[in-house]
Order: sequence, then C-alpha cells, then structure tokens
Amino acid sequence: MKIYGVAILSFSFLLGKFTGSLLGNLLNIDADLGGVGFSMVYLIFLTTFLKKRNLFKKETKRGIVFWGSMYIPIVIAMSATQNVKAAWDGGFIALLVGFFVVFIGYFLVPVISKIGNKKSSNFIK
Amino acid sequence: MIDILENIISKNGLIVAFLSVGLLMLFSFYVSKYIFKSHIPSVAVAIIIALGLAFFGEQKGLSDVSTFTGLSLLGGSMLRDFSVVATAMNSDIDKIKDAGLAGLISLIVGVSFSFFLGVFISFCYGYTDPVSLTTIGAGACTYIVGPITGYALGASSEVIAISIATGVFKTICVTILTPFLAKKINLNNPHEAIVFGGLMGTTSGVSAGLAATDPKLVPYGAMTATFYTGLGCLLCPSIFYIIISSLFG
Repeated sequence: MKIYGVAILSFSFLLGKFTGSLLGNLLNIDADLGGVGFSMVYLIFLTTFLKKRNLFKKETKRGIVFWGSMYIPIVIAMSATQNVKAAWDGGFIALLVGFFVVFIGYFLVPVISKIGNKKSSNFIK
Repeated sequence: MIDILENIISKNGLIVAFLSVGLLMLFSFYVSKYIFKSHIPSVAVAIIIALGLAFFGEQKGLSDVSTFTGLSLLGGSMLRDFSVVATAMNSDIDKIKDAGLAGLISLIVGVSFSFFLGVFISFCYGYTDPVSLTTIGAGACTYIVGPITGYALGASSEVIAISIATGVFKTICVTILTPFLAKKINLNNPHEAIVFGGLMGTTSGVSAGLAATDPKLVPYGAMTATFYTGLGCLLCPSIFYIIISSLFG
C-alpha cells in the first residue's frame, strides 16, 4: 500500500527534523541544523534495511516516489511566493555568485579527475 | 456565477495552486522547447517565470493575490522539505559505491567550494550576518539547498529569494556554458562526467548541459549530481553554518 511508503517517509522526516533541532539545541543555535539532510540519510538506511528483508514492496516505494516527483512543482510554488521586490535590489549578487561558481568549477573538473582516476577507472570499463 | 467561482477558489487554495503550477510548467516546457530550443531547461524557465510572477505581490509574493493564496501552502517549508527528503529514494547506496572515489571527492569539493565562494562574494558585496551569508552560500550550491538552509536558519524572505535566484542562474550557466567549455576540460568520457556532475551539482543543469555536449554522458553526470543536493542540505545548515557563525558571529 502506498500509505506505508508515505508513513516511512514521514517517520524519517520527523526523526531527521528532531535530530537537526536537537543538534541546534546542543550547540546553542536556535535553528534546525541539517534536519533535511539527516532525514534523507534515515530514509536511505530505513528503505535499504527493509529491502534486504524483502519488506519493501513496489507499492510502498511508489508512495515515496510520488512525493519525490512533486518537489519541482513545489520549488516553483515556493519561488512564486518569495519577496522578490526586496530581493531585486540585491539581485546582482545572484548573477555574480552564480557565474563565478560555475566558471571556476569548470576548471576544477580536470584537477579532481586526476585525483580519483586510479581507483575508479575499473568502473568505467 | 462569479460569486460561486470566487467562493470555490478561496475555499480550495491548495488545489488551485496545483492547477496553476501544473499549467505554468506546461507553458514553460513549450517555451523551453520551441523558444530556447532546449538550451535552457524547462525547470529553470518555470522558476524564472515564477520569480517574475512574485512581483505581483508584496512580502509573500504571488500568494498575496487572493486567488493564489494556496501557493504559500504548496511552496511552504513543510511540503517542500517533505518532498526533497523523498527524492533521496532515487539514490542507491550501491550506486554511490560505483561512482567511486572520484565521485565522492568531487561531491565534497563541489559543495564546499560553491558554498565558500558564494559566502566570499556575498561578504565582499556587503553582507555580514552569518545567516544571510550561509543562505546565499547555500544558494550557490543549488536552488534547493539555498531555501532549505535559509528557512532552517530563519533567514529573511529577501535573502531566500536571492539564494534561489543564485541557484537558478547557476543552472542556466551550467546548461549554456557546458557545450562550449567541454573540449577545454576534456569532458568526453564517463569518468569526467561523474566528476563534473559532482562539482556542479545542479541536476537539471548538468543533464541539459551534458545532453547538448554528448547525450551518452548524461546518466554519469546526473548520477553524482543527484547526491549533491542531499549533501548540501546536510552540510550547509550544520557544519558550514557553525564555521560561518564562528567567523562572522
């Protein structure tokens, strides 16, 4: 049933948010530190655990995959609800950061590829 | 008649939001395909239009307009974080192992380098508070990592909008520049594509850019890129924020 998947997702989500907030609390920072990231890690481990025991059915997975496929529409809705009028004044920085990160990033590709080449080359063949 | 329609719209805001976003994405798909000849991915087109539409409202963007109040529920932090977590479902631990050391290093370097360069530029630009710096730095990772970090740390909507715009512009740059720069950086084999995906991280930009370079490379680049957002969401609002707040706090 799809709802099992949604429930697994919800459990991982809440546990991750709890971990993030707990971490914030421990470090005296009033924020959710990496909650979404922790949730993702929990979800991966939980589903891998269930898969190994053959408890993770196709329908269950579909319940999670549906919500994953909704993320682009949600990001679009989120973009439409931002305070862009205020951001417009500082908008130039978006172009500046976006461009430099990509441009310098290109020249890191050959550097990083040299480092990893030896060990992962067998995968490519 | 109009009264009935208005009543239905105001009572079913979320459903109206589903319909509006669906129509916007359909429109963007055609704009991307026929006007930009797929050089700019349809997702980037949709986000740019959405940011543009937000000008019709004030602090809460388009959701300040009564017909579109449901957008703030659909695009709110709860559903957004929920759906982003669900995307982790597509990642497979075995695939992470397959991508090997190069993939792993490129991911870590990619996220850290984008973040700290973003922070550095925004600091030079005049931002000094750690929350804004971290949020814009996270936006330099992807347009998902930016707002998630921003909301988690309590950044202002203005800064969050800048971080989204940064991520969107990054996607556009990757899409457009990749076919031109591919030769210079020897981007012509799966190994390079894996490293490239991990360094750039924007899945839609990497897929579109590689498709324009050599379609065979797409799955390799996309594979590492899909892990990038997850890693960014883990590192930016936690370790990176602690580093930034200790430097600027």
